Parts: sequence; C-alpha cells; structure tokens
Amino acid sequence: MNMAIRVFFLLLTLFSSTYLTLCIYEDQVGHMDWHQQYIGKVKHAVFHTQKAARKRVVVSTEENVVASLDLRRGEIFWRHVLGPKDVIDAIDIALGKYVITLSSGGTILRAWNLPDGQMIWESTLSGSTPSKSILSIPTNLKIGKDNVVFVYGGGCLYAVASIDGEVVWKNELTSEGGDIQQLIYPEGTDIIYAVGLVALAQFDAYQINVKTGGLLKHSSMVFPAGFSGDLSFLTSGIAVALDSTGSVLVAVDFQDGAISFHQTHVSELGSYFSGPAVMLPTKLPGMFALEINKSTVFIKATNDGKLEVLDTFGHSTAVSESLYLSEGQQAFGIIQQGDGKIILTIKLGNDWTSNLLQETIQMDYQRGIAQKVFINTYVRTDRSNGFRALIVNEDHSLLLVQQGDIVWSREDGLASITDVMASELPVEKDGVSVAKVEHNLFEWLKGHFLKLKGTLMIATPDDVAAIQRMRLRSSEKSKMTRDHNGFRKLLIVLTRAGKLFALHTGDGRIVWSLLLDSLRKSETCQNPRGLSLHQWQDPHHHVLDEDPSVLVVGRCDHSTDSPGVLSIVDTYTGQERSHMGPTHSITRVIPLPFTDSVEQRLHLLLDVNQQARLYPRTNEALDIFQRELGNIYWYSADVDEGILKGHAVQNNCILEIADSYCFHTRDLWSIVLPLESEKIIATATRNSIEVVHTQAKVMSDQEVIYKYISKNLLFFATVAPKAVGPIGSVTPEESWLVVYVIDTVTGRILHRMTHHGSQGPVRAVFSENWVVYHYFNLKAHRYEMSVIEIYDQSRLDNKDILKLLLGKHNLTSPITAYSRPEVITKSQSYFFTHSLKTLAVTSTAKGITSKQLLLGTIGDQVLALDKRFLDPRRTINPTQAEKEEGIIPLTDSLPIIPQSYVTHALKVEGLKGIATVPAKLESTTLVFAYGVDLFFTRLAPSRTYDSLTEDFSYALLLITIVALVIAIFVTWIWSERKELQEKWR
Amino acid sequence: MRTRYSSSLKFLFLSILLGNISLFISNSFAFQSDELLADDEEFGIEGGRSPDAAFPTRTVSSPPSIRKRSSDLGSDLDSKIQFPLEHAFGDSDFAPAGSFSARLKTWSHGGQTLTKLRFSRNGLSETEKENFKKLLEGDDFYRIRVPSNVLSPPGREYIISSVKARCLPRDGLDEHFMIHMEGVNILAVNYGSPGSCPYPRQFKIPAKWSFKSHTVLKNSEQAPRTPVFTEEVVGENAEGELPPPERSFWAKYWMYLIPLGLIVMNAITQAMNMAEEPGNGQPGAQTQQAVAGAQRGQTAAVRRR
Repeated sequence: MNMAIRVFFLLLTLFSSTYLTLCIYEDQVGHMDWHQQYIGKVKHAVFHTQKAARKRVVVSTEENVVASLDLRRGEIFWRHVLGPKDVIDAIDIALGKYVITLSSGGTILRAWNLPDGQMIWESTLSGSTPSKSILSIPTNLKIGKDNVVFVYGGGCLYAVASIDGEVVWKNELTSEGGDIQQLIYPEGTDIIYAVGLVALAQFDAYQINVKTGGLLKHSSMVFPAGFSGDLSFLTSGIAVALDSTGSVLVAVDFQDGAISFHQTHVSELGSYFSGPAVMLPTKLPGMFALEINKSTVFIKATNDGKLEVLDTFGHSTAVSESLYLSEGQQAFGIIQQGDGKIILTIKLGNDWTSNLLQETIQMDYQRGIAQKVFINTYVRTDRSNGFRALIVNEDHSLLLVQQGDIVWSREDGLASITDVMASELPVEKDGVSVAKVEHNLFEWLKGHFLKLKGTLMIATPDDVAAIQRMRLRSSEKSKMTRDHNGFRKLLIVLTRAGKLFALHTGDGRIVWSLLLDSLRKSETCQNPRGLSLHQWQDPHHHVLDEDPSVLVVGRCDHSTDSPGVLSIVDTYTGQERSHMGPTHSITRVIPLPFTDSVEQRLHLLLDVNQQARLYPRTNEALDIFQRELGNIYWYSADVDEGILKGHAVQNNCILEIADSYCFHTRDLWSIVLPLESEKIIATATRNSIEVVHTQAKVMSDQEVIYKYISKNLLFFATVAPKAVGPIGSVTPEESWLVVYVIDTVTGRILHRMTHHGSQGPVRAVFSENWVVYHYFNLKAHRYEMSVIEIYDQSRLDNKDILKLLLGKHNLTSPITAYSRPEVITKSQSYFFTHSLKTLAVTSTAKGITSKQLLLGTIGDQVLALDKRFLDPRRTINPTQAEKEEGIIPLTDSLPIIPQSYVTHALKVEGLKGIATVPAKLESTTLVFAYGVDLFFTRLAPSRTYDSLTEDFSYALLLITIVALVIAIFVTWIWSERKELQEKWR
Repeated sequence: MRTRYSSSLKFLFLSILLGNISLFISNSFAFQSDELLADDEEFGIEGGRSPDAAFPTRTVSSPPSIRKRSSDLGSDLDSKIQFPLEHAFGDSDFAPAGSFSARLKTWSHGGQTLTKLRFSRNGLSETEKENFKKLLEGDDFYRIRVPSNVLSPPGREYIISSVKARCLPRDGLDEHFMIHMEGVNILAVNYGSPGSCPYPRQFKIPAKWSFKSHTVLKNSEQAPRTPVFTEEVVGENAEGELPPPERSFWAKYWMYLIPLGLIVMNAITQAMNMAEEPGNGQPGAQTQQAVAGAQRGQTAAVRRR
C-alpha cells in the first residue's frame, strides 16, 4: 500500500511538471517558424568601399527602405523601413560616415550613421510648392566650419550643415510653374548653378553664392517650341533636351549666364533615325542617350555644340551613372541583354572605342531583363582597376556581379507580395524522391537521449547546442512531400513584378519561381500588373494524377477597363500551362462552388460592361453552369457613388462574335447610400472555403442558440464624408461610423448600427456568424474594437424534444435567402490600445477549434487574441455556469498579453497582410504574414490537443514504463516472499 | 392651426377606422393595406424613442399634452408626403404599382424623419395578372423600386428590390416591405414574402389577385457604448488571465484526501476486525499478536481464523 501511494505521488509530480503554455520558449524559436528579411526593388545605390574594413553598399528601394548591405555576401547590415508615404527621393553619403536620405517630396532630410544605422539627425524642410527634389553633396565644401549638403525641395534651395542638419541658408527659387532640374557645383568655386525649366518652355539658370545663398544672377530664355520633359546634362555648362514633338534635339549652352539654343533635327544624326525620340535619364560625361525606334542611341556633344552618334544598342539596355576613377577619368557601365546571358561593358567617359572591361554573365531567364545597373571600382592585385556591378532585374532581384560571376543575389521581389495561396505538396510515392528521413536506430536513440538530458536539465551547454541544431535541421519539415499533419505545404505568392514564387512552409526556401510572360511589359500590354491568385484545379480522390494549378489574374494597366490577362500555372512544376490575353477587362473574379470532372473550378469573370464570362471554356463547364444558372448571385459596390447592387445572370451576350461563355447580367437589388452622410470605407466577407463545425451553440443553461451562417453575408462600414481624412481632422459631433451586415442575394439589411463620434480607418474580419471590426472612437480618444454576432431565431423552436421525436422540426429544411430571416444580433465594444494594419482570423480544417484573431499591429508584429475576449455575451459578473462555459468577465479594454505575440521578438517590417491556412491536424493553423519581410509559423489556438508536441520525450515515456514494470515485478516478488514468511511463521 | 390640426386628426381617425373596417371586410376590396402602427424601431434615433408617438390615436385622446405638442409642432412642420412604388415583371419596364404616404416630421435639431407610413397598392390589371402568371411559370423575378429620396423623387437613383415571384402567392399575394431610412433618404427596401420560401419553389396560382401588404419603417440603431470602468482596472490582472478563483479545500486537496480516506477506512475495518477477534473468545495471549497483525492487513487476520 505504501509503495502504491509512493508511486502515485511520483506520477503526480511527473505529470504536474509537464504543464502547457501558450507562448514559446527561447529555444523553440525557428523550430516551426521562419522569418525572411527583404528590402524591395532598389532605386538607388551608393557604394562605400574606400577606407572601410567592411565593404558595403547603401541602397534605397521602392518599398521606402534604406538599407546597408554587405558587399561580400549581400546580407543586411542595417535597414530602416520608412512609412508608406515617406518616399525616398535621393540618398548619398556625406563626410564619409553619414548616409543622407531625402524623402517625402524633398521635405525630410535625415542622416544615418553608416556603420550601425543609427539616426544622427533629422530636419524638416518646409517647402512652399511641390517640386522635384534634388540632393547634391559637394565633396569638399565648407561654409564657416561646416561641411554642407545642398537640397532642392518644395521650390527652395537649402544649404544644410551635414554634421547636425542645421539649415545654413535658404533661397526660394521657383517662379510660377517652374522647377529646378539640376544643381551644378563646379569644384573650388563660390557659385552654385541651379538650372531648370518653367512650364516646359522657358529655360532658367540661377547663379547662387555658395556662402550666403544670395542670388547672383538669374538668366532665362524662352524656347517657343517647348521642351518635352527632362534635361540631360553633359557638362557643367551644356544641357540637352528634346522639343515637344520629340523630333528636334536642343542643346542649351548656359555658361557664364548667357543662354543659347542649338537645334539639331533627330534625322540629321543619321538617316535611319525616324519617329519620336525619348530622352533616357543618364548622367554621363559629355554624352547622353536617346531611345528611338526601340533602340538606344548614345550621342556625344562636341565642344562646339555639334552632336554625333557614338553607338546604337538594342532595346533593353541599362546604363549606369558615371564613376570617377582615380586619375580624374570617368567610367560607366552598360548592360546589354543577350539570350540567357547579359553582357556588361565598362567604358571610359572620353573614349568610346575601347572597353575597360567586357564580361558575359550567364543569367537565369526567370530574372527577366536588367533594369538598372550601378558600378563600383576596386583595385586589383595587379594595381589595375577592377569593376563590380550591382544589377536590378525585372523581377526586382538584386545581383552583384564581379569577374564575370554572380557573387550573390537577393530575391527582393518577395518584398512586394500582392496575393498568397497555399497548395498541397505531392503525395509520397515510390517514384517521388524524398529527402533522407531518419538515420539509424542508434542515431535516433542518441537524439532522444540528448533530449531527455535536456528535459532533466543535466545537459551540458554543448549538448544544448546539439539539441537545438538537431531541432532546426530536422529534415522532416523540409521534405517535398505531403505529411500526415498537413504542415508541409507550398505557399504560392504573386509579387508586384509579376513573378510567381513557391515557398516551402517548412523552411521558407524557394521551390520554384516563374516570371510570367503574360505579366511582362509588351507591345499589347504596356503596364501589366498581377491582381490575384485563385485555385484553379485542386485534385482530389479520382483525379490524383493531375497536378494542382492556380489561376493568375492580371491587368494591363491601372484602370479597371484595361484588358485583362490570365494564366494557369502548375504548382508542382512551376510551369505555365496556358495563358490568355490581353482579353476583356476584369473587374472581379468569382470562384463558383462547382468543379468539373477533372476538378477544375468554375470561375465567373466580370468585366466593366457588367458581362460575366465563364471559365474554363469547356462544354462540360457550360453544362454545369447552365444547370445552376438560377442560383448564382453576386454583388458589386460603387464606392464613389455609394451604391451597392446585386446581380444575377440573365442570358447570353449579344456580341459580334457569338460567345456562349459570355452572359449578360441584371440588377436584382440596390442600396443607395446618401452621399452627403455616408461613404464606404471598408468591407469584409466570409472566406468562401471556411468550414463551420456546428450551427448550434449550447449555452450554460442548457439552452441552444443557432448561429446564422450564410456564405452570402457582406459587412461594410461607412463614415461621414468629412471623416474620411486622418484621425483628428473632424470633431466627434460631425463624425460617425455606420456598420451594415447585408445579405448579398436579396440585398436585405440584416443589421445596421451607428457609432456616433467614431471614424476610420476600419479594419474588419468576418467569420462564421460574427464580424469583428476596429475603428477610432473620437470621444474616448482611443481605438475600439466591436463584435457583432448574428443568431438565427427561426430555428429556435427546434429545442422541443417532443417535436424532434415527432419529426416536426425544421432542421432539415433547406435554407433560402428568400425567406424573411428572423435574426437577432448581439454587439459589444471594447477599447484596444494599438492601431492596426491588418486583421485576420485563424482557420482550421474542421472548424472545431476555437478561433483567434490575428492583429497586425502598427509595430509590424502579429498579435493573437482569443475570440473569447470579443464575445457579446460577456457581462461584468458572469454566473458560475457562464464561467464554466468560458465567458470572461467584461472589461472595458482588450488585454494585450506579451506572450501572445505570434511573431515573438521579430518584426514583419511593412506588414501588409496575414494569410491563414488550415493544416490537416484540426488543432493547428498555418499563419503567413507578409510585408517587406516574410514570417511563417504554426498556431494552435486551443493548444495541440490532438497530438503530442514535437519535442515530446519518447525516451522518458519509455523509461517510465520500463521502471514501472520493474517496480511491479519487484513489489510482487517482495509481497510473495513476505507472504511465504507469514505462512511459515 | 387648430383647424388644420383637427382636420388631420379627423383624417387619421377616419383612416384608422377604415383600416379596421377593411380588416374585417377585406374580401370586398381589390387590395388591402395593412399598416403596422406599433413599430419598434421607428423612433430609434436620438433622444430615445417615445412610444406614444407611434400611436397617433394616443395623442388624440390626451388633451393635457396640448402644450407639449404645440411646442413640438412649433418647431417642426409636419407635412404629408407621398412617394410611388413601381414594379416590373421580369425584365419589363417599371410601371406604377401603388404609393406610400407618410408624415414628414422635422425635429428641433434639424433632422427629418418619416412617421406614420401607410401604403396603398393599385389593383392588378388583367395584363399584369398575365405577366405575373408568366413569372410564376418561369420562376422569375418580380421587381419593385422606390425613389431613394422621398422629398425629391427619384433622388439619385431608384432603390430596387426583387423576389422570386413564386415566393409571394399564399392565399392572395403576401408581401412584406421593410424600408430602411436615414433621414429622408431611403437606403434599402427589403422586399419579400412574410414567411419562408424554401428552394424547390412550388408553382402555385394565387386564389385571389390582391396584395396583402405589410410595411415596416426602420431607422438606424445606436451602437451600444463601450462600458467604462473607472475602478478595478488596476486590481485586475490586466491580462485576462485572472487569478484562479479561491477554490474550496476539497477542490484543492482531493487528490490527497482520497488516498487518506482510503487509508483511514482500511485502518477502521482492520480495527473492527481486531475488535471482533477478542469477542470470539480467543485467549488473551493472542490479543497481543492480533494487534501486531492488524498492520499486516485484513486478509492475514482472516486467514488466521
């Protein structure tokens, strides 16, 4: 008996020590999550290689990132993501230790410490008019004691001390409609030249005293034919521009304040030049580049103003800025596109005929053409000049090229993801190659023994390191086949560059990438961009041999009426199966809940003329569609007009060419919002693939309420038109927020509610029968989150058991939108500390697991918040029964638990969206947060109740069992022996 | 003022009377308007709702409220307005089908709302009946529209609503309007049958070609305020993970108490056995041994017997 009690206590202590927590331990970081840092498409790069131990390149990007990269490996030394509106105009290095950035249209000037990226100073230059912004840093100029930088922004020219950001002097330069295009400071003089155009017809040159900022001389001259855009500066006294027709080159000589024009017709340069020319933005010594007839022409200006053609290249040619070499010479680089390779040529500024360097570099076709090139020089072992080039490609990737090889590359296209979709991996089969799974039994035992040591806290630091390594390197998670729990998947992401990537959820590596031809710039499609991804084919059961595929939808221009492009991509191989377009415009893609015999999903594509087109264009799809024609409804919203409309399919289009896949639509309902009081600012719908486990919700008092679950619900929020602006622009009295929940089949307003004194921005998420939205309460000066839950009243009488027995219930009656819904809504609001960037909700395979809201905070982190905190049934003092049900006592604000940050210590810079994908394991959901950075993790909102944790110590379990068995035998022998003794007594 | 008012009262009285009569002798009319007088949401805007105002009859029968009413009326200028209802069969053009009439109430703070909405429908003509039958056969949509602004119809655009025609026929044709208003603007009309209309919709020709209409006017609701607690915010763990409530002694230590109880029970039964043994008339010398044996357990004691 004593023994039994002892064993019991031992077990008790054992089990009580294995408690579970919501947060993760330090050593679990990186175990099931990964984090990748990107910077975006590079706009400008400045090398810092001289007199520096760590060679680096400072870049600014289109994602408003300023970053310092390691020139040897391409890693990020430091990085700053400026706000989405703080566009970087120029960067440069001053004093050899500060990175100067000019941003926000030339109004904010900042200095960052070059080694570590600390901000040194920031000054706001309040310009009067929006204008170009130019940053010019003279190499060695002192005013008083300070080195200065010249900044032109907002119509003013400033001299700013580079040591502390103090404005030394300011000179307002703009005349009506004028803009400065270039600042020229001839070394060693006291005059800075500011040159620009007024209304594209008048050439202005200002001479300004460097020390005082006083205007010395202003000369201008009108060019009656007008200029067509930017000037190209050849030397400190000569600029070249095209006239408004694009057929005459105008050389402007503005030395010593006297302006003179020399006109040269483009056709005079050579008989084969015809058609309008476009000036390419180049900064080359004594020469400039034109684009005529899709070819790039380099033209040199001789000293007497004559122009002569140097060379002509093919269309896609990238030219670098000129680079000063040690002997006062200048060099520049040209990249020409070849077939599967690029040719890098470095030339001296004054000598076109010979090349300093010519290299051919093999280039992946998937990177597209080179768009930008930045060159840098270094001294070779033989004391000659070597060159390295930083190349920005069409897919936004960044490469460093040296000695004909790619030293490193960065896939920075991933910094601008537009849409995400998850795809399954292939099933494990004999033919499919699989990464080596487990080593031998000894290895396995050793691993578990190490883990056991870790658990019992007797491991040495070496052992701990070994355990950690083992965990992170587990080959299990990065295999290329489907796993039992559904953790391994492919994330298909579409980037702004029109490139499709497949990322492995195990370790985040790129499995394949594809630059879609249909989303590349072409004759017929000038400015293409990808819109969205849709599951095209998701093979199940009988068609497992087929590979799954996705539909990529794009558009040729920004306007909605521009032609659309479609392509279908195999997600296993990353090959494009077919593509279409440019074709009709695409305003919306509606995946229909029907699939054909090969599991291709039917899609309805709507164009601007309210015509619906069915895809795939097969007879089978058409048959299925015709059968379900009467049950297909959708809605459209005109945000500017404040009108929502419901639509249904009517009949076939009447077109010049008969098209049986095109349908006319008709309006079924409309909601017209009064323009003077309401403007739509946010919408939310349910995810169409969301699974709801049960409609019934059992309350604490054994009552049942029924959730109103309909796929056709739309939530939208409107605000007073005055309150569209930023927070604080209106008083609480003239601002309100109205929220609606409508049925999109009939246009019924199920719920309409006004929040007085509140305003946007509104972020909302709709799931099951509830909506959660986030907005600002002007009266309370705080952010608020509200929840609306909708319950179905018409099923309430199903509780009667007698009726159930007699079959008089309506549980099996089909649900129709045409019945008048008897719904009740419950709502509650809470304060919340953070402002949000995005809002999402976890989704699981069967919808049993409780939900968590994923809040993308303004600090670029993802916070998980239990849905239980947003439950309209919360009261201040819940009864005992309600507490047992899990109702939390009502508080006025929502808690922020530091441990529930999904991103733990990491930041997803520039957070744009959160995608959740259900795993096969019911308790678990996969979360992918994307912005400039990418972050992926697994979440278990109700903890992993259906599986053991991965670091569960099987060895410990085994040892315990063995020990127990031994104990049983020992005690049995003991008791036998004792009994025997008793009997002999 | 007085005359106008009394005449309007008279009219109201009459209309209510008529309405009541029409309820009783509904068959003799081509159509029947059923105004829902007591409407919950009708005065849901600011200042809370005044339930009395929903019943025009009440104000008539309460003479003491004249002063209040006159002050009310002094600020507002009640005026009667009408707006049309139009309908279409399938994709046909819209044609007049009836009209809504209501009182426009101007509040002292400048807002205007509609009250006392009533609806009168025109009878269906023969061609319309034919059209409706076609709709029923084809399971097509019966569509209605109203202006989006009741003061200056049609406003910016018409508010359209539609229903599958097969949902309407019951005995006659039952319809239900729920008109969502914001001031004098109509936001949306929820139109449909009052009951359910499950999917395989049955083809049924109504016995009577007259509409039985229900109308409800709905204004916006106010969102519930965020509860504000001034105290106890500090006292709270602020993390939602409240300290576990004080549990009872039993709840806390049951796992120790049960084994303890077992041991005690075990001991008691043994003690009882022990008590029995001397009662059996065993020699006193053996009692000593029995006490020692008590620890050995009951089985041993029993076996010894």
